[in-house]
Amino acid sequence: MSHARPGDWLILVAGLIGVIALWAHQVGGLEGRVLVRVDGRIVSESSLRLDRKLSVSGPLGETRVEIRGGRVRVAADPSPRQLCVRQGWIPPGGAAVCLPNRVAVENSAAGYDSLNY
Amino acid sequence: MTASTIELVAEPGDLRVARLAAAAIGLTLAEAVLPLPIPGVKPGLANIVTLVVLYRYGWHAAAWVAGLRIVAGALVLGQFLTPAFLLSLTGGVVSLAALALAQRLPARWFGPVGLSLLAAFAHIGAQLAVVDLWLMPGASLLGLLPVFFTAAWITGLVNGLAAAHLLKSRQLDPEVKA
Repeated sequence: MSHARPGDWLILVAGLIGVIALWAHQVGGLEGRVLVRVDGRIVSESSLRLDRKLSVSGPLGETRVEIRGGRVRVAADPSPRQLCVRQGWIPPGGAAVCLPNRVAVENSAAGYDSLNY
Repeated sequence: MTASTIELVAEPGDLRVARLAAAAIGLTLAEAVLPLPIPGVKPGLANIVTLVVLYRYGWHAAAWVAGLRIVAGALVLGQFLTPAFLLSLTGGVVSLAALALAQRLPARWFGPVGLSLLAAFAHIGAQLAVVDLWLMPGASLLGLLPVFFTAAWITGLVNGLAAAHLLKSRQLDPEVKA
């Protein structure tokens, strides 16, 4: 490391601290997120750990999303076939798509696959 | 009937840029053969050449060498005008801009290693911005930030050390070789 000058060390250490901070932040953030999209656009991103009810409005009307006990499901939706509601609790890495209301709820828990990669 | 001739005069500077760009393209090709664990994480060995040129011949020549390497490397790999080319171009342009600024830092304190790290961070930052804003909008890249920035830190350090080493020994210098 005789090639590095004092400022280089500064950048090196600052970069290392930044990278470690990113990893630390990541470990906290891997708890699982709930992404709600309307028309492909993310309208809400919340933690799986906080119990709450979300309401988003699509072209047909209001879709209600429920987060409870680390799980997430679509509680109510105006779409005729009710597929996303009957799907029940969404497994980690899974998603429920409410059509034609154009709402998608994604349980993006830890782990990557080829889709969310 | 006399054929009209167009004469392109290559100045010594042009030849030098061409030679160095050829070295950079060679590194890009060699690196494309390596199997890589995560798509998007590459050692970026050609940036060693960019750094050496920056120190030896200035920013202008470095920009030429990097630009030629990006375009010709993409042509050879069949990636010209694909998203991969766009990413490589954005990374190249932004890291050259970062180098233009970093070059003004006092040389007593900041050497090739520091500049290499700054360029690597600028490179990956710009690429992630393009992916997030244009190529895959909505895909949450947040989870991948640590992976990419760790890779940038390592490659920036390794490439910087390699460039510093080359700058000390006088190899890779066409003037000396020719």
